[in-house]
Amino acid sequence: MLLIHCPYCGEDRPELEFRHAGEAHLVRPDPISEISDEEFEAYFFLRENPKGLTYERWRHMHGCARFFNAVRDTVSDKFVVTYKAGEPKVEVERGDDGVARVKGAGR
Amino acid sequence: MAEVTATRQGPLDGLIAGSVGVAIAPAAPAHRISLRVGADGIPALNAALGLELPTVPKSSVTSSSDRMALWLGPDEWLIIDEKLDPMVDVAGTDAVFSVVDVSHRNTAIKVAGRGARATLEAGCPQNLSDTAFPAGACSRTVLGKIEVVLVRTDVNVYRIECWRSFAEYAFEFLADAAHDCMA
Amino acid sequence: MSGTNRIAGKGRLTPARTVSFTFDGRALTGIEGDTLASALIANGIHLAGRSFKYHRPRGILSAGPEEPNALIDVSRSSSTHTPNVRATVQEVFEGMTATSQNRWPSLAFDVGAINNLFSPIFAAGFYYKTFMWPKAAWKHIYEPNIRAAAGLGVSPKEPDPDRYANRFVHCDVLVVGGGLAGLIAARAAAQAGATVILCDEQPELGGALHHETDTLVDGREGFDWAQDVGRELAAMDNVRVLTRTTAFAYQAQNMIDLVERVSEHVAKPGKLAPRERLWQVRAKRVILATGAIERHMVFANNDRPGIMLASAARTYLNHFGVAVGSNVAVYTANDSAYAAAFDLMAAGINVAVIVDARKEIDAALLAKADELGIEVLAGHAVIDTKGGLRLKSIKIEPVSGGKQRSVDTDALIVSAGWTPTLHLYSQSRAKVVWDDETDRFVPGKPVQEMVTIGACNGTDETADLVAEASEAGAHAARLAGVAETGDRTAPQAVSGTSRKGSLMGAAPGAGPDTTVKAFVDFQNDVTAKDIRLAVREGMHSIEHVKRFTTNGMATDQGKTSNIHGLAIAADMLDKPIPQVGLTTFRLPYTPVTFGAIVNHGRDRLFDPTRKTAIHPSHEALGAVFEDVGQWKRPWYYPKVGEGMHAAVDRECRTVRETAGLFDASTLGKIEVVGPDAAQFLDLLYTNSWQKLAPGRCKYGIMLREDGFIYDDGVVGRIADDRFHVTTTTGGAPRVLHHMEDYLQTEFPHLKVWLTSTTDEWSVIAVQGPKAREIVEPFVEGIEISADAMPHMSVREGKVCGAPARLFRVSFTGELGFEINVPADYGRVVWDALWERAEALGACTYGTETMHVLRAEKGYIIVGQDTDGTVTPDDAGLNWAVAKSKRDFVGIRGMKRPDLIAPGRKQLVGLLTEDPKQVLEEGAQIVADPNQPVPMKMLGHVTSSYWSENCGRSIAMALVADGRALEGKTLYVPMVDEVIRVTVTGTVFFDQEGERING
Repeated sequence: MLLIHCPYCGEDRPELEFRHAGEAHLVRPDPISEISDEEFEAYFFLRENPKGLTYERWRHMHGCARFFNAVRDTVSDKFVVTYKAGEPKVEVERGDDGVARVKGAGR
Repeated sequence: MAEVTATRQGPLDGLIAGSVGVAIAPAAPAHRISLRVGADGIPALNAALGLELPTVPKSSVTSSSDRMALWLGPDEWLIIDEKLDPMVDVAGTDAVFSVVDVSHRNTAIKVAGRGARATLEAGCPQNLSDTAFPAGACSRTVLGKIEVVLVRTDVNVYRIECWRSFAEYAFEFLADAAHDCMA
Repeated sequence: MSGTNRIAGKGRLTPARTVSFTFDGRALTGIEGDTLASALIANGIHLAGRSFKYHRPRGILSAGPEEPNALIDVSRSSSTHTPNVRATVQEVFEGMTATSQNRWPSLAFDVGAINNLFSPIFAAGFYYKTFMWPKAAWKHIYEPNIRAAAGLGVSPKEPDPDRYANRFVHCDVLVVGGGLAGLIAARAAAQAGATVILCDEQPELGGALHHETDTLVDGREGFDWAQDVGRELAAMDNVRVLTRTTAFAYQAQNMIDLVERVSEHVAKPGKLAPRERLWQVRAKRVILATGAIERHMVFANNDRPGIMLASAARTYLNHFGVAVGSNVAVYTANDSAYAAAFDLMAAGINVAVIVDARKEIDAALLAKADELGIEVLAGHAVIDTKGGLRLKSIKIEPVSGGKQRSVDTDALIVSAGWTPTLHLYSQSRAKVVWDDETDRFVPGKPVQEMVTIGACNGTDETADLVAEASEAGAHAARLAGVAETGDRTAPQAVSGTSRKGSLMGAAPGAGPDTTVKAFVDFQNDVTAKDIRLAVREGMHSIEHVKRFTTNGMATDQGKTSNIHGLAIAADMLDKPIPQVGLTTFRLPYTPVTFGAIVNHGRDRLFDPTRKTAIHPSHEALGAVFEDVGQWKRPWYYPKVGEGMHAAVDRECRTVRETAGLFDASTLGKIEVVGPDAAQFLDLLYTNSWQKLAPGRCKYGIMLREDGFIYDDGVVGRIADDRFHVTTTTGGAPRVLHHMEDYLQTEFPHLKVWLTSTTDEWSVIAVQGPKAREIVEPFVEGIEISADAMPHMSVREGKVCGAPARLFRVSFTGELGFEINVPADYGRVVWDALWERAEALGACTYGTETMHVLRAEKGYIIVGQDTDGTVTPDDAGLNWAVAKSKRDFVGIRGMKRPDLIAPGRKQLVGLLTEDPKQVLEEGAQIVADPNQPVPMKMLGHVTSSYWSENCGRSIAMALVADGRALEGKTLYVPMVDEVIRVTVTGTVFFDQEGERING
């Protein structure tokens, strides 16, 4: 069971309290009714699903109930960082040692 | 016609359980509200409720009149009062907020004794140690297969709030776990 | 006397505490603290089972969890038994019934042993090659027969009567393994002030100190020291010592699963005591002190009962006071077997010979052997053994060739060296590295907050081990954030046992040029020859070799066999061992019961059962319940002698003729509150909400972004800034999640909050012409006349004195009210209403009648008449989609080309030609029943009932272009007939819809 840092509760909490909620930083077009079929496909159906660093949304479903964003390494299954919904995308980079960190955070 | 409001019938009325080390029983019926408000509205609601809404995660406050306010989320509190209806107190408060009467939605179970923490640890994955979850701490979390709100009201006393229809499960889970609480 | 092989004055058990048990029906006596294995050997029994494939007689190989052979069925009573219990782990208890496995009719005479004669055809890959053809035969002949013949033990057939417990715990430092290293580390961490959990799989702490009586700690025998330290730790508030507790899984982020055998060793466990307890430990730091496991020697016929690991023989002697034989021989490539031989000799047991595959042997060992009068044959090999059900003799030959010699012996103790136990380390996702100097895999760089110490870390010297363990404990406490407080005590320790020397793979005389049966993996009957065959047949990856031969794939996970198998494969591939690599260790370390994993979550706690507040009244009324998700809902209320159909027909009739009471409490309810509430609902529903006046209700449809129906329900506006939203019973949690998702992440600017009120309200639907008459006297403060309170309105007031929200709504097409009262009043209000309703001739009705009545009116049920691919237009609900809104969830998805293309399946009514015939839900519909198979299917039946009120069957269906087919005949082909149906509209009863306004 993973430990996930909830940016609203300010601490690590057990995975059982959380629910995964898909890819993060997808922007719902406005007005959505005006977009083309291709744009709708890109927004609604197409997902990155990378091997490695992925931006995803989680919800602290059985905790503070907030949605938030996370960067996770799908290879090591380790979280790099979590941050509140609506906050700008946190840039991360992989160091020489193979470990991903927040950009500029140092070791 | 007879009024029915004198007699609230809870789902766990009359039940008790436990073992050497822990006593499990339903808590008294209470008024409860789910309060949702942004930071700007907190002062007005503090005044209306007669307490300071806690703003630190996982914490609670209890007023001198035993009204409890539990932090559940950054803009969410559960107010519990066995005597006076907080719904009445917040009505008309000059702030942008949401208040919903959930008095009957929740049922509360009290778990008390030396084995109380161990009883909860049978189903709650959170760190309930004295440093991580001291008396006064509260949190929405998981117990077995259901969601609960857990409050540590005293060193060896916990209050578990769950939705009414899950109360039977919660009570039976705790009763089962109680048998193993002294290990 | 508890067994003829018990040596008076040896061992640590108390001879007076005898325990009676049976093995294969034979009454035997052991001593409290015996394992089943030690008790059997004490009674002269080495033959403990038959091997899996060849049914060869097998003895007890080890004295620990690595045991591959002695798998026993253990029971306490006829109703409970556990197969595949390792005799070397299971403690004997008074009244225990132990039974050997994998033999028929008896252990000594096993018909299946004929497989051994045919062993040439059972070589590696046999199953893959032999049972390929003909294809159909696999399913019908081969697999059932193989399954019947294979498998170890017999599963219990009755429900498990035992209890199991679970505990989530958090600590600063978890120490796995309570041997010398683990104890020192745990004490150092505890003395620093850390919260510590120390677990060990054996009943007592001590690990290798069980047998290494020549290890002295602080001047005392190590085992005694270990017990003292264990007591000292157990007395500390910040330490939990768990014995009989196996760490079996190293999960992510330092979560370790332990299973504690609480009452497996107890003759009469308390009724409420768990059999096992699962500990799910989250540790800031983990210290693995998991020790090392001795390997056996791989040589011809190395599997006869009486052949065992040298350290095991030493454990049986020094701990249990049991001699493994009366005339013991030793075959080794490692120094530690000498210590075993010396201990045996000192205890008065003859050691016939020490055969050492090495040419160079430590002079001190030779001197000691000489002093004790033990013959040592250096540079020799045991090349064969004799003895049917027990070892009788061994054949010895110089490694360089020469004269063979036979030695009579009843026990051969073996050691090919020690393999660091890195299962948990490897499960933590860390990689092992090869140490050239000592020829073994040792831990590399940890990838979690963990450290390895002692034998599992390849630390051989006792002084090094003590220093390493002490520092590791203190360091772990520091890293866990504990400010060091106490004084650290590290003991002085010296050991007389050396573990130098290692042989991996086949011993001399069992090399590639031979065809002897030299077992590598006892449990899966894999020989050195099998592994070579796998390589010759092209398996060049160790993972392929493993799967082809099944080496290491048995329940012992290859604890004794993996390294041997790897070395043999490497030899065949002519590659160094580290280049061939090690197979991945997977959890669990040792087998774990399902009971421990499920623990509290069984029977009534398997899944929560939700009941409404009115449930006891339904029970009193004799309701039959149906499961709807986790809810128990009244299905129908049969009167005495009434079956389901008669009850439902009566309920359906009574509601339309008079009235009925229905418990609708399970409906999902969400309170939407805030100044932007209407704007939010506008975005979440297809309908418009801004103009809905307080006190009015509206039926709403919610879509997903893809344009398909997600949920529906009636929404009432309580005030300008407050809506009472209802959802389907099953949809409540996901609808709230969906709404929260959009509110928090797409529309966070809106001032509105959502609160689930599903369990706050008891909801009593009163439906039918007499609904108002039933409700009226109970209502206070609400004018409920047709004019004052029309269909689709909501009022707040009191019902039976309880604060209430009264809805004038209908899911039946009749005049109807839904009374919402706080749930703790629900039952009283129901009972009061029912008393009056019954007097007026009304009935109670359940979900079945509710379904029929709504179908008569063509009201859909989301999830039954829709399936996640149905648009509002498909369902005939276009009227509920606002045309002028700029945005709502699904507005774009609805316009996707496929969703507006002609030919989509549309919801229609179907009437069977024979009015008495009720279609099956899910049945397929075709235009021409005479077309060739596979037919073109136009759609399927979604709802179908006998309608008492219509006097005929009715059905709804999704049919391609269905609305254009109204009046046409279609066909429903069934197994034994083809049913003719006519396509109609979806409203079957009161098509004008006048009754609702009554």
